[in-house]
Amino acid sequence: MIHWNSFSDFLAMGGYGLYVWGSFGVTALIMVIEPIAVARQRKTTIARLKRQLRAESRSTEA
Amino acid sequence: MNDRFNLYRFSSPATFYPLAGKMIPWFIAAGTLLGLVGLYIGMLVAPTDFQQGEGYRIIFIHVPTSWMSMFIYLVMAFWAAIGLAFNTRLSGMMAQALAPTGALMAFLSLWTGALWGKPMWGTWWVWDARLTSELILLFLYIGYMALVAAIDDARRADKAGGILLLVGVVNIPIIYFSVKWWNTLHQGSSVNLTKSSMAEIMLWGMLLMALAFWMYSIAVALARVRTIILERECHTDWVRAELTGGKS
Repeated sequence: MIHWNSFSDFLAMGGYGLYVWGSFGVTALIMVIEPIAVARQRKTTIARLKRQLRAESRSTEA
Repeated sequence: MNDRFNLYRFSSPATFYPLAGKMIPWFIAAGTLLGLVGLYIGMLVAPTDFQQGEGYRIIFIHVPTSWMSMFIYLVMAFWAAIGLAFNTRLSGMMAQALAPTGALMAFLSLWTGALWGKPMWGTWWVWDARLTSELILLFLYIGYMALVAAIDDARRADKAGGILLLVGVVNIPIIYFSVKWWNTLHQGSSVNLTKSSMAEIMLWGMLLMALAFWMYSIAVALARVRTIILERECHTDWVRAELTGGKS
């Protein structure tokens, strides 16, 4: 069922290791970084909007 | 009259916001599952390609990212058309939420293509019709994001961005048919509706990976649109309640 004889065979990718892992590595990196960036953006936006809201309600009370 | 009311209700940011929040975990779960099975088949089970050796395994991300880069653009153009025709608020937000993911997919398509081209063609890049039109797609994404970011008024930004998207949509059939219309170094498509030139197991791996990338793109775009909705609708009562209620 499994195509590879050993783990080092798998890593070598029949001599194409650099190209195959270079493709998969950068893709994986982007798919980790993008969701983190989206979550961060959400956090900072919510914090900023909350600050704005507090500032507004203070100015209407005063 | 009733139908019309429902349609408007559905496209309202206040209804879509919680709906998107509920859908995200399902898309993440489906994407992870499909991705794991796709990687298992593509990287561990699928046999060596008789022409391209093990280097062909790059297609398990190259093809899905290329498809997504074109498909996301079409979806953005669809939202742009809806937004321009019906003046709906949500459509511009959807287009904006999709753009960074589409740009990343176009980048990954070019990046994995270069890494495939070096060992197979002996060069990272050629100014061939397929590669050049895909590069133009990346520039269209970047141009759209820059244009929208440069206009302060959100509704005007949506309109200007929407027109850019609709004009640029002409590039999509050019990318897709470039391998037929011109003599390109890039190989013709190995998959189409009627026949496929790939071994069945390889095809399965590729389709599963394509579905995984699809789920990923939807999940990340929905997460992004939720932030955009909060920001753009911050003057409304429901967003104020959302913010003070402490719920996310």
